Amino acid sequence: MTHELLIAQTVTGDAIVLRPGGDIDMARAPSVRKAVAEVMRTRPQKLIIDLSSVSYMDSSGIATLVEALQHAMRNKMKFVLVGITPRVKSAFEISRLLGLFTSAPTLEDALRL
Amino acid sequence: MEREPEISIRLFSDPQLLAPVRALMDTLAKSVGFGEKSRGLLTLALDEALANVIRHGYKERTDEMIWLNLWRLRDPVGIRIVLEDLGRSVDPAMIKGRELDDVRPGGLGVHIIRETMNESRWENRPGGGMRLTLTKLLSPEERQDSSTSQSENTRP
Repeated sequence: MTHELLIAQTVTGDAIVLRPGGDIDMARAPSVRKAVAEVMRTRPQKLIIDLSSVSYMDSSGIATLVEALQHAMRNKMKFVLVGITPRVKSAFEISRLLGLFTSAPTLEDALRL
Repeated sequence: MEREPEISIRLFSDPQLLAPVRALMDTLAKSVGFGEKSRGLLTLALDEALANVIRHGYKERTDEMIWLNLWRLRDPVGIRIVLEDLGRSVDPAMIKGRELDDVRPGGLGVHIIRETMNESRWENRPGGGMRLTLTKLLSPEERQDSSTSQSENTRP
């Protein structure tokens, strides 16, 4: 049985937008980590993670995003989360890590940052 | 435990099975009267507990056994979860969430479990492995909502 996590990627100006879908949990976080690492190797000025299609995220997913944020900061890239759904927001809030991230309600807002 | 679990499942230590277990937990929690946010957190806590067993107890081997037992509690209303495994035993006193000031990937699971549940108790299981007991009760607002909806359902 396979559960490939679909991760759409688009380039808009100087930003790359990654849009994972489905649940990001222990089973699926490695796919997201791999996709983010591949994009970061291209050194975009801005990486936007669009979470509007992510209905669930556990600490594996959060850890993946913290790792990506730290990498972005070291490499002076902008790293923005957009479209955080209520359940994903709860997971960030209980982890007390949401404040670490730059976030925007919509993709248009994120592109303007 | 005074009565048999209402739901009892044996599952493999395979991360691909986390999603169906979450769906079960969410459905059961809804039937008990938990609201959307509580259901999300309860499901997250169970997911984190299972992931910890897989990651730390079984070192990510996917063919080991985990036993999941669930009870609906009636007075006070809530859910009790007991997870048992035959993985690596650790001293329960050593199970601690990491300091949240320490910003790094990983180590959040125990913190999430403790923050979410009314009770979280790790024990060494007789015969090896670990037993984790988790209890979550309805909040006062959820109790109110639940009793209102029950009384509406029983009106002639």
